[in-house]
Amino acid sequence: MKKNILLTVEDVVKKYGDYTALNKVNISVPESSIYGLLGPNGAGKTTLMRIINQITAPDQGKVTFNGEKLNQNHIKDIGYLPEERGLYKKMKVGEQVLYLAQLKGMSYNEAIEKLKFWFEKLEITHWWSKRVEELSKGMAQKIQFVVTVIHKPKLLIFDEPFSGFDPINAAIIRKEILQLRDNGTTIIFSTHRMESVEEICDHIALINNSKTILEGPIDKIKDDFQSNTYEVILKEKNLVSSQEFDILSKNENNYKIKINDNFKLNQTIDIINKNFNIISFKKETPSVEDIFIKSINNE
Amino acid sequence: MNKIFLIIKREYLVRVKKKSFIIMTILAPILMAGLIIAPVLIANQDQQNRLIAINEETPRYSNKINDTEFTHFTIINQDEADEIKNNILEAPYYALLDIKDTSFTIYSSQQISLNLRREIENQLEIIIERDKLKQAGIDIEIIESSKTNINIETKIIDIEGKTTSSNTEVSIGIGFITGILIYMFIFMYGTMVMRGVIEEKTNRIVEIIISSVKPFQLMMGKIIGVALVGLTQFILWILLTILISFFAELILIDASEITTSTDNINQSVILNEFTKLTGGIDLITIFISFIFFFLFGYLLYSSLFAAVGSAVDAEADTQQFVLPITIPLILAFIFIQPVMDNPDGTLAFWLSIIPLTSPVIMMVRLPFGVESWELLLSMILLIIGFILTTYLAAKIYRTGILMYGKKISYKELWKWLSYKG
Repeated sequence: MKKNILLTVEDVVKKYGDYTALNKVNISVPESSIYGLLGPNGAGKTTLMRIINQITAPDQGKVTFNGEKLNQNHIKDIGYLPEERGLYKKMKVGEQVLYLAQLKGMSYNEAIEKLKFWFEKLEITHWWSKRVEELSKGMAQKIQFVVTVIHKPKLLIFDEPFSGFDPINAAIIRKEILQLRDNGTTIIFSTHRMESVEEICDHIALINNSKTILEGPIDKIKDDFQSNTYEVILKEKNLVSSQEFDILSKNENNYKIKINDNFKLNQTIDIINKNFNIISFKKETPSVEDIFIKSINNE
Repeated sequence: MNKIFLIIKREYLVRVKKKSFIIMTILAPILMAGLIIAPVLIANQDQQNRLIAINEETPRYSNKINDTEFTHFTIINQDEADEIKNNILEAPYYALLDIKDTSFTIYSSQQISLNLRREIENQLEIIIERDKLKQAGIDIEIIESSKTNINIETKIIDIEGKTTSSNTEVSIGIGFITGILIYMFIFMYGTMVMRGVIEEKTNRIVEIIISSVKPFQLMMGKIIGVALVGLTQFILWILLTILISFFAELILIDASEITTSTDNINQSVILNEFTKLTGGIDLITIFISFIFFFLFGYLLYSSLFAAVGSAVDAEADTQQFVLPITIPLILAFIFIQPVMDNPDGTLAFWLSIIPLTSPVIMMVRLPFGVESWELLLSMILLIIGFILTTYLAAKIYRTGILMYGKKISYKELWKWLSYKG
């Protein structure tokens, strides 16, 4: 079943003076997906997220949200946790979250109700009248998370969400994010740390040098990056390359082989099976990191 | 619109609830009232009845010293004088004036007031002067009748031919005080805005907020919020000053003592003096203009202060940008004196028309009388100036608040002006 597309960014260009931050960037984010926005520092991820949040406007291109041209009414449907995030230090926690929730367009009563819900869920109700400066960094991050999700946005945008979180809090937040996704929220993640993306994202876009270089469902991208390499374990230690395959690396009876073009997998297995005892034969799937490095090098 | 109201509310409440605001708001009027009350108090302090003993071997001067309103003199003999000197604390006199030939000494148990000393000195000087004149054969009557005292009354005739008395000293006073107040307020509240912007930037909350509201809304919300804080503080200052001086007057100055010096006891001494002094100056125009020039002068400068705040990472880095903003303000301050010397001159005119200096200088000129078209022109130009600076400041602001960890140069700021939203 094909999912509806919640957000599309088409040919977006953003320049700061002579510097081009985004150069014809395209992404399309399906509803209820977790979408990873990947790229090295300075690639333009934050600029793209600022455009989606209407903090800055693109010089060219089009952004569509939920079928409409992105506009001020969508602010209440988007939650944003920027990489540079913080709170008013002297303000009390409860007051502060209420204020920020109201800025998102919630009514006071609505905000109070949701605030209680989240504070109870994260077991932080007793922080209500504390000043933010009295909280630890990890505690403040929980508050920031609540601020981001309190108005029940359709789209959540997290810029480097796990940077600075301790492992326990990171796990809690991860759990909440997955739950939100299951309840129909669409989530955009931006990160330069690939390993955090692998397990959580179902779609990704790779951005490098202000351009999208890859975009799509993570499975499909991985398929595209199949390099026909397999991990083979045999009883014997004397396997050698042949016209059907090359041995890329070898460790005792553990081989990494690449099946040459023009040959099929079955043929190769048959040939090996004729002379050796196969213990295991496994396809090597590229990690996102591999794909990332490979695509950047190809640029 | 609802959102900007939320921002204004927060900016206002956060500052009004601060301890420093409450302390400043209460302390300043006490100081002000003190300044108003102190002279009256000091003037009245000496007004208690005092008995002073005079001892002189052969009465030459002593019998010519006259009692005054609160000071009474009694002539005593040498024995009594010795007794007083031996036991001054027990003596029924406030002080003892010892006259030996032409040397005069006052003995007392505590330091006598300067006023009393002057009073006695004056009397003695006059007595001795007259003695000398008499000896020289000059008729004192002639000298008395030749004494002259001139006091020029100044009056202003306005276009309709109405005449009002004017008072240059009071005009200078009012012009100076209102001019300085505006200068101070712009500085105080302008830097308050700047600090607020830096706070949001260093706290890293700004990006969260501007994902909900436009940077311009945040900037204007802060500026208006702080303006309301300023107005609140100003109004409280005026009210509290009046209240405190009124009560202080009641408590500290015993009414019965004043009865003799002022005819009208029912009226507050201060209020009475005030109305007497300011007769002929259009206080209502000055008050309205003050509020106007304070507000718009502040609005113009605070948007520039906000832009500076957005361009830096810490307050310590603000200096290079704050300086050019404050130069016109400081210039206005320096020119207060020359403008007062010639309130209708070319310099005064231009400085009171140009938006950057007009808030201070126009206030200085107003008590001397300014033509309506000049005032109006100055006000309109100030509004235009405010719109212009706010437009430019907003451009710098929206780029600056998202710029971290970068030393910003003027060239950079100039580039930001060309960035699109």
